Amino acid sequence: MDVTAALWCMAGFLALSLLAIGSGGRGLVGTVIYAGSAGLSLVLAVIAVHVLLTASDVGQRLILPLGVPWIGARFHLDCLSAFFLLVLAIAAGAASLYAIGYGAHEEEPERVLPFYPAFLAGMTGVLLADDAFTFLVAWEFMSLASWALVMARHRDPENRRAGYIYLVMASLGALLLLLAFGLLAGPEGAYDFTRMARVERGWWIEGVALVLVLIGTGSKAGLAPLHVWLPLAHPAAPSHVSALMSGAMTKIAVYAFIRIVFGMLSLPSVWWAIVVMLAGAATAALGVLFAMIQRDLKRLLAYSTIENIGIIFIALGLALAFRANGIRWAAAVAFAAALLHVFNHALFKNLLFLGAGAVLSATGERDIEKLGGLIHRMPRTAFLFLGGCVAISALPPLNGFVSEWLVFQAVLMSPILEQWSLKLAIPAVGVTLALSAALCAATFVRAYGIVFLSRPRSLQAASAGETDRWSLGAMALLLGLCLAVGILPGLVIDLMAPALDQVMGATLPVQRAIPWLSFIPIAEGRSSYNGMLVFVFILSSTLVTVEIVHRFGSRQARRGPAWDCGFPGDDPGAQYSASSFAQPVRRVYGNVVFGVRETVEMPPPGDPRPAHIRVSITDYAWRALFARVGGLVDRTAGALNALQFLTIRQYLSLVFAALVLLLLMVATWR
Amino acid sequence: MALIHDLAVQGAQMTLVLSLAPALLGYTRVVKARLLRRRGPPLLQPYRDLAKLMRKEVVIAENASWLFRTGPYLIFVATWVAAALVPTFAQGLLFSWTADLIAITALLGSARFFLALVGMDIGTSFGGIGSSREALFATLAEPAMIMVVFTVALVAGSTQLSIIAAHMLGNVGIRVSLGLALLGLIIVAIAENARIPVDNPATHLELTMVHEAMVLEYSGRHLAMIEMAAALKLLLYVSLIACIFVPWGIAPAGAGPPAWLAGVGVYLAKVFAGATLLVIFETSIAKMRVFRVPEFLGGALMLGLLGTLLLFVSRGL
Repeated sequence: MDVTAALWCMAGFLALSLLAIGSGGRGLVGTVIYAGSAGLSLVLAVIAVHVLLTASDVGQRLILPLGVPWIGARFHLDCLSAFFLLVLAIAAGAASLYAIGYGAHEEEPERVLPFYPAFLAGMTGVLLADDAFTFLVAWEFMSLASWALVMARHRDPENRRAGYIYLVMASLGALLLLLAFGLLAGPEGAYDFTRMARVERGWWIEGVALVLVLIGTGSKAGLAPLHVWLPLAHPAAPSHVSALMSGAMTKIAVYAFIRIVFGMLSLPSVWWAIVVMLAGAATAALGVLFAMIQRDLKRLLAYSTIENIGIIFIALGLALAFRANGIRWAAAVAFAAALLHVFNHALFKNLLFLGAGAVLSATGERDIEKLGGLIHRMPRTAFLFLGGCVAISALPPLNGFVSEWLVFQAVLMSPILEQWSLKLAIPAVGVTLALSAALCAATFVRAYGIVFLSRPRSLQAASAGETDRWSLGAMALLLGLCLAVGILPGLVIDLMAPALDQVMGATLPVQRAIPWLSFIPIAEGRSSYNGMLVFVFILSSTLVTVEIVHRFGSRQARRGPAWDCGFPGDDPGAQYSASSFAQPVRRVYGNVVFGVRETVEMPPPGDPRPAHIRVSITDYAWRALFARVGGLVDRTAGALNALQFLTIRQYLSLVFAALVLLLLMVATWR
Repeated sequence: MALIHDLAVQGAQMTLVLSLAPALLGYTRVVKARLLRRRGPPLLQPYRDLAKLMRKEVVIAENASWLFRTGPYLIFVATWVAAALVPTFAQGLLFSWTADLIAITALLGSARFFLALVGMDIGTSFGGIGSSREALFATLAEPAMIMVVFTVALVAGSTQLSIIAAHMLGNVGIRVSLGLALLGLIIVAIAENARIPVDNPATHLELTMVHEAMVLEYSGRHLAMIEMAAALKLLLYVSLIACIFVPWGIAPAGAGPPAWLAGVGVYLAKVFAGATLLVIFETSIAKMRVFRVPEFLGGALMLGLLGTLLLFVSRGL
């Protein structure tokens, strides 16, 4: 009974949460709670792998007498849930291990400890839920627990603002999901997922439901233009929580999208696929361009999460397009690309956020303009963070490349699709994908170069020290997994095969049967990639080169002052800064995407005042959507304010009018 | 036994590209000098330069990190492995199915990633300017390359270079999309190899340089590694264009030594002809301002996109 075991783990998380509340988070409780969370995550990972390997628990359901009386709370653990549970468990395990060390620096642990296991319990609950009520309760639980974690450092007004916006967006998302479930349940009120999938619906109900689900889950995942809360809220939380929010919670939102859209809607028209695909492409491009110009390290990572969510939604859109045309094997390839990217992104984004947390705790600085030279002060963190940068920049032989390669393969299969709309949309999506991959590499060259390389730009950066062993261990674990998936992607593909089969009714070729452990998604003549051989090839060539150079060349080395064309400045401020690195990109892409305005104030000759350059960057999504909607809500509330000061007679007549109106609606509807 | 045999052929290919790369660089310098009515350096000068750099002591800046010292090897190896995966004289080599054209592009991306990083390691303003510009050019050159790959892969129905070459050999015809892809690939190759009009490999004028600015701090064997990587990259792009667009004369998979020898001969002729064309183009054009380069590369991106779009619309274009 895998469901039961997973539910016990969830109960364990809740018990840890209660323990934290009871003890007030003092003393060794923090270690106990994080160690307990790590242990429970390990158990969850084992359960998930067991389900995926044996596919034994499919169709098995557990009904607990909780919640709405005549429905109860239904739980299941099918292969799709199990795959996402594995992603969650790995992310949570690494973050908890990291927090054993990192959490010791926490100023107010009582504001973090109770909510951390509760957050994990909420995410597990979403994956296990098998009816709309349980799902929504768990979803809200996850949102509120993460909101509390975002507000852990509530004395900073910026964090309070982030928390407020997050709360509004989370409520909006949940409301839309509630409406979507209401539509999907049909006239009989079928609220468990199995029956919801069987309800017959008109095409327009499906369309409305898709839009509601896209906005509801997309707002949680960070889909443009609903992404604005994400770069505010994710960095505000403590770093291990940021890692979980970016690495795991956005994936839970992707799971919800897949569960509803692929599991319950039939969506025969390709237009829905195009909507999803274009939303993904816009998200990918916007996210990475904003990541490129950020000064705050954690916010940069949060924007890069938005980009990766975009890539995942592009792949999901392709899968929808293939499915609408009935080409199941191609849909399975696109869907596998999405799932693989989910898996990979959880690994490397977790690693990067944990690295950013290590930098933050060593220097107290999130502004990369004040960092630099950390490769000397924190060599191990620097190495692990470099691994994360290589992985996310989609460079072989690490894992980010494999999933991006698979998305490209899915794009390359799409000329078999007949519709003209797709023929025009998919090349545009492909070029956006290629652009965002290249921009992502530039973003992480900048981030790594400014933070870890060059000379320290502040005293804090110059006096930083290496982080603790638990944190290093957690990051090393993630980097090891990144490398393992990068060189043996076939194993993950085989592991996810039952989930592919469940959702798409088709799978990729069995990868472990292929000689040399190559990764062949479609057919051998079409495309293949062997990460392990590339890795061995690179490793052996490096060894040979180093050996030859040191044997036949000079081995002498001497340290001297930097050359810099003869003008090395002593002032670290004379180095290239993060803003100057991003300036060319800002200039080339800026006017289209950012609405960049640069104003230069140059005092006249003889005037001793310093010159100034001011750069203002606008997020159009904020200005066009959020500021307007916010203003509208404010104005409406202002106008309705008069209703608070009526006489009792007027209130009664209002009630009467409302009743008549509702009865009229019922009468005309029937 | 067959495995050892295959490994030997693969090794021969790796040695061939390694030994040929400096000669190609020397050849471009000779031809360029002749076109400018100068005598120019001898053909073998790059080999002498490399040997000299290898023998010299390395001077490392005081605050250089371990990445600065390992970077040159990583850059060289990533480029070398990528160059070894492009079919030069024979198709279907042992490792040709380990990595396809997208992976070759990504390997070059790795080399560039580390080059841009080591440019920032010392913390000088020149290193930063070089890295920043390289990153900017890459954001357009890499997607342009991917779109070219898409076009070619859609024509051949595969992303494997050996299969693409065989397909091009078998059923070539003049196609609009391939023409666009060729033009796009040439622009990308010019930009990636820091040739005029994007960058001038011969200059050390601070305000215009990109590639040289990143490697200013390097000396001795480290500089030799980076120079070698640059030479290999030039050879790689010329071989890539030759392999995809003029695939005639490549020995088919499973051929014997006589076919290979003939393949090497044809390959050499193609590479030197390509280099001559490159130099003629270079001498007839002026270098661009830095912020004109994105427009130039954006052109390549559009060409690649157009090629892909045409193939989506009709398989016959």
